[in-house]
Amino acid sequence: MITVENLTKKFGEVTAVEGLTFQVEEGEAFGFLGPNGAGKTTTIRMLCCLISKTSGEAKIGDYQIGKAADSLQIRKMIGLLPDNVGLYNDLSAFENLDFYGKLYETPEGRRRENIERFLKMLGLWERKDARAGSFSKGMQQKLALARALVHEPKILFMDEPTANLDPESAKTVRDFIIEIKKQGRTIFLNTHNLDEAQRVCDRIGIIKTKLLTIGTPEQLRESLSTPKTEIRLAQVTEVLVSALKKLIPNKIEVSGDKLIIDVTDPDKENPTIIAAITSTGGQVREVTQLVPTLEDVYLQIVKETK
Amino acid sequence: MRISKAWIVAAKDMRVFLRKKYTIYSLVMFPIIIGIGLPFALHLVITRQGALLHTQHLTDLMSAFAFFFAIGSSLIPTLLASYSLVGEKVEKSLEPLLAAPITDSELLLGKGIGAFIPSIGSLYIGSIVFMVLSDLFTHSTLGYYYFPNWTIGILLLILMPLMSVLSVEWSVIVSARATDPRAAQLQGVLIAIPMFVIYVATEVGAIKLNTGTIWIISGATFIADIILFFLSTKTFQREEILTKWT
Repeated sequence: MITVENLTKKFGEVTAVEGLTFQVEEGEAFGFLGPNGAGKTTTIRMLCCLISKTSGEAKIGDYQIGKAADSLQIRKMIGLLPDNVGLYNDLSAFENLDFYGKLYETPEGRRRENIERFLKMLGLWERKDARAGSFSKGMQQKLALARALVHEPKILFMDEPTANLDPESAKTVRDFIIEIKKQGRTIFLNTHNLDEAQRVCDRIGIIKTKLLTIGTPEQLRESLSTPKTEIRLAQVTEVLVSALKKLIPNKIEVSGDKLIIDVTDPDKENPTIIAAITSTGGQVREVTQLVPTLEDVYLQIVKETK
Repeated sequence: MRISKAWIVAAKDMRVFLRKKYTIYSLVMFPIIIGIGLPFALHLVITRQGALLHTQHLTDLMSAFAFFFAIGSSLIPTLLASYSLVGEKVEKSLEPLLAAPITDSELLLGKGIGAFIPSIGSLYIGSIVFMVLSDLFTHSTLGYYYFPNWTIGILLLILMPLMSVLSVEWSVIVSARATDPRAAQLQGVLIAIPMFVIYVATEVGAIKLNTGTIWIISGATFIADIILFFLSTKTFQREEILTKWT
């Protein structure tokens, strides 16, 4: 559905995005994770034909970005939720959606049906005649999301959809995204909310001007983090730790009454480690296998690029 | 270019204008003041000067007053167009709008129509009121109804639309750099200066506002329209708008 090859964007001397190559399949939810200024918004803007590329190629469906004749076709296929909601504050919720529905040439009956359906799904139907400017930030974000969908796009681009929202609104928006994902729509999501990326996305790309890595959340966790075993003891003493270091080659960190030990193969190594602790006089109270989070992966990768 | 797309944008803009007090004042105040105020000024002149009033002086004054509508057509559209263009910038609504399947020229045309129709509509209503009241007040002195005549016909049907288009094009150019609608409007009204100069020139007797003069001013405005069309379309480029306007 989305094919990107060596895509680069420069603003004068500044390189915003360099050599991006990835693919997003139809019906897939793809997340772009990265710090501020990493090039996430620039990438979305290039893919939505809002700004030109400097070099490289990108295709949305069968249409090529940067080709004037294809731009209108691409725009018909996509929906965009930008980082700024950009609603018309003097128009009602209904009028905002109706305007965009008309611009996308959605037939009147279908347009009205979609407006009602999306506003109801997002809990805004009762306020359909209220000015968008009178809405709270969360409501405006929901309305902007409905606007991006009113013409039933094949691909939905979202730039930080839950940024600055309260937890309740963020959850509603996130649940709605998951719901539209179930409908088979292709989703391209920019975020720096790791939890959101993990919940919504099938695959994640970590970007910092260049694409640093790409994979499913599980693949990223497995490939980039060392498994750790956390062992809570009755008491951790320096004598015990130094005795243990002589017995096992693993890296050991002390955190209160816990030992956090790097392992390569937990099933094989954990019994040896526990036996070593017991032999040095330690009393094991609890053993937990730590699963690396996406945050660990993200921070590690971003740190490595500094 | 699809006019239907431009019309969708224009209809939306007009709906927004009608909900903002500021734009309603812009649309209503000028035609009311000119359409009602100036005929009463004529009435005052007739009452004060009585039999001493030369009819030629009265008709010259009526033509000069009618020219205020041409001045209005250089002012009101720029107020609306600046509000519309910089308003999109302020509300940050340009990005979703530019992501929609609409070309730059359709969007620009829509913005133009959105500012043009209410402006020209309010000026036409004002001009009808002006002509009716002026005729009522001057009929007894002149012995005939001065309006409508060819001069005001050309002024209303040729010069005013051309001037309104020029005003919108100028607004696009000044809106590119402005971050606040008021600042854009202040720069926008500069387009009215030549029209004020012409008015002053008629008052001091340097030029006479007759059919020929209005044709010449219309011709000059038409040429300016063409030049500013190219400049405004050059300014209104998608990438420029997103990376520099916002």
